[in-house]
Amino acid sequence: MTTTAQTVPAGRQHLRGSVRRIGSLARAEAVLLRRNPMALLTALGTPIVGVVLINAFPPTGAVPMPGATIAVTVTAYTLIFPLYYNLVTTLVARREELVLKRLRSSECSDAEILIGAAAPAMTIAWGQTIIGVIAATAVFGMALPVNPALVIVAVLLGTVVFVLLAAASTAMTRTVEMAQLSTLPVVVVSMALGGLFPPDMLPGPLPRIAQLLPLTQVVDLMWLGLTGTTRGGPDEWESFSGIVPALLVLGVWVAVGLLARRFMRWEPRK
Amino acid sequence: MLDPMDATGVIDVAGLHRHYSGGGGFEAVRGVSFSVRRGELFALLGTNGAGKTSLLEVVEGLAPASSGTVRVLGRDPHSERRAVRPRVGIVLQDSGFPSELTVMEMTRMWAGTLSAPRPVGEALDLVNLGHRAKVGVRQLSGGERRRLDLALAVLGRPEVLFLDEPTSGLDPAARQGVWRLLRDLLDGGATMLLSTHHMDEAESLADRLAIMHQGLVVRTGTPAEVVGGQPARISFGWPAGVAPPLPVLPGGVTVQRTRGGVVLRTGDLQLTVAALLEWANHHDLRLHQFTAQAASLQETFLAVAEPNGTPHDEEWMG
Repeated sequence: MTTTAQTVPAGRQHLRGSVRRIGSLARAEAVLLRRNPMALLTALGTPIVGVVLINAFPPTGAVPMPGATIAVTVTAYTLIFPLYYNLVTTLVARREELVLKRLRSSECSDAEILIGAAAPAMTIAWGQTIIGVIAATAVFGMALPVNPALVIVAVLLGTVVFVLLAAASTAMTRTVEMAQLSTLPVVVVSMALGGLFPPDMLPGPLPRIAQLLPLTQVVDLMWLGLTGTTRGGPDEWESFSGIVPALLVLGVWVAVGLLARRFMRWEPRK
Repeated sequence: MLDPMDATGVIDVAGLHRHYSGGGGFEAVRGVSFSVRRGELFALLGTNGAGKTSLLEVVEGLAPASSGTVRVLGRDPHSERRAVRPRVGIVLQDSGFPSELTVMEMTRMWAGTLSAPRPVGEALDLVNLGHRAKVGVRQLSGGERRRLDLALAVLGRPEVLFLDEPTSGLDPAARQGVWRLLRDLLDGGATMLLSTHHMDEAESLADRLAIMHQGLVVRTGTPAEVVGGQPARISFGWPAGVAPPLPVLPGGVTVQRTRGGVVLRTGDLQLTVAALLEWANHHDLRLHQFTAQAASLQETFLAVAEPNGTPHDEEWMG
């Protein structure tokens, strides 16, 4: 393969083309999202519901930091519903309409198709996270984030993991309606084990399992970046030593996601 | 810019197999070879299930070959898709439009994925869809969807076009319009690989063609060459009442008796017709619904696709 005289396009030129193609797909996908009331409601409404719920039923025993709790709750909801759940339904809808097959006949690479489809959901998720952090600071008296870079890394890694998990989940989802069922394992397990409450509050072996899940680690890292402590306790130095294992867990999930994405099908089952 | 591979062909397919795994496995393409030269339209004919679409998907680079080689513009369309795709346009068998977009939005989106697109309005005008730009894709008729497919395929000014049954669902007038557009593009130097089961489409457009049956190419050449080996056909209603038996006719004739009529196949139409009519005149017979037809692609195709598809009450004579 390497012996053929291949005119390798300049890296920058290719990147520019890539951004243009993703942008074009993302624009169309944003129009489609605007015309889909259910998806729009899920995208914009669920994090608000999450904030209302967490205020009504605050996790007992948690560190009393209402601002940080609200910021991480918004992020947890936004990664799960506007990003993961909506992306599963979007990809399945496009697959069943044979749009994915058409796009695979275009100049777009598989990664560009996936990112283009996910772009509006990603934009919403990041926008809500930013609004959540600002609201937590301005309204709920949270101090300015201790380590903003850590917050950004946590949200970016969480985004990558849940986009890949969404792509993989489409393999188990035959119709858009079935997405409500097929997404339940990821949604319920992520939220119940560490996403909404600190893992320490869970009984039996569950805290250990929770520590291996991506959403738990995103929320823990984010909490650490925002407040300088973990959700469990106030010990700053010990908690910062938890960054490496957390990043490691997320790194493994990115790898798992990349492998699982291979199960994604680009056309309907015949 | 000349490719070093131009000497052989714009599309080269050699010993191509495509095997579907699962369900016991199924080999849809079983060793196909052909070559399409620059500026040529090559048609793939075949019944449903003959393997046309399975073959096209490999040549388009949507699926890898199970074995054999495919080159488009000198490159592997699957593993070198990034290099090949900017130079080709594809009409798939199914459109694949998101139903909530308008024609214009769909066309803009597609243009955004292309390296060097035509103006969006120009592409829509080429297929006479300019007046439908603001209509939702879901409101289009089947024929209009097909024309939009074609508009998107030519949007990037491709050197090579792959067309999987591009006129399915079109009314006769719209088909003529598509044929005109394809001829214009051919005049402009484009190369095309087109699948169809309309014989008139192949006869009207193809420089060369291949008839596929059960995953194999069973006839290939120019339309004249493909038809050439086939016998011409004469048919007429058998005269009522008692008629004398047919004479031995010249031209290597086979005779087939159908319900109320006779079908003759001959290698020399003129000679056979002359002898037949002389016989009829001699016996003062009137041959109702007499037709004599040179070999056609339709006949050739049916002979290949349905080798056992002759009527039941046949009877060999002569």
